[in-house]
Amino acid sequence: MSPDLLDILAAVLLVLGALLSLAAGVGLWRFPDALSRLHAGTKPQVLGLVFIVAAIALTARSFAVLLVLVPVLLFQMLTAPIAAHMVGRAGYRTKNFRRELLAVDQLEDAVERASRADAEVEVGADPDADNPDRTFGRDQRM
Amino acid sequence: MTLTTVLYLITGGLFTVGALFAVARVVKGPTILDRVIGSDVLLTTLMLVLGAEMVVNGHTQTVPLMIVIAATAAFSTVAVARNVSRQDRKE
Repeated sequence: MSPDLLDILAAVLLVLGALLSLAAGVGLWRFPDALSRLHAGTKPQVLGLVFIVAAIALTARSFAVLLVLVPVLLFQMLTAPIAAHMVGRAGYRTKNFRRELLAVDQLEDAVERASRADAEVEVGADPDADNPDRTFGRDQRM
Repeated sequence: MTLTTVLYLITGGLFTVGALFAVARVVKGPTILDRVIGSDVLLTTLMLVLGAEMVVNGHTQTVPLMIVIAATAAFSTVAVARNVSRQDRKE
């Protein structure tokens, strides 16, 4: 491909990356609760970065640059899920979401079981002793 | 104006509007979680803008900065999210 075509391709990739950034901003502004906003905000963190990094690689056209661009993606893919997980966890635990908007709450049963087990431990009984799931509630306490 | 210049201008406009929405969410809140998500998006936008600037001006000097932001951006979010309590919920 000719260099001019590569430059145009890189510019198109830039627009796509910026579009994801805008989508994150609009989602952040329009969505109703913290967990929905988290969903919108994590879109440009990986896909947008992939577009921008591809654009840099297309304009620099050298293996040395390509090699330093790999750790950018690598570190982002390693750390972005950690941040999203912690925010999501804090959002769920502090009930910082609108329950009526949920289609399904897969943690509901586990939370209920854990709080029931906790209540039973307090009166001395432990009917749940050989339930393999019992450690869930204990270990999850902050 | 060439086609690439037009595309670069569109990119700049989209980034600006996206960053403004993120700033607006940080200002408005209403909870600490919304603010931390907004600042996270703002930092991501900053990283993407650094990359886009390298493409526009044809250099590769800020790649190390992108690596540092990519590696450490999560720490601030984790630190805040870890300390959110029930009192921070809006009523």
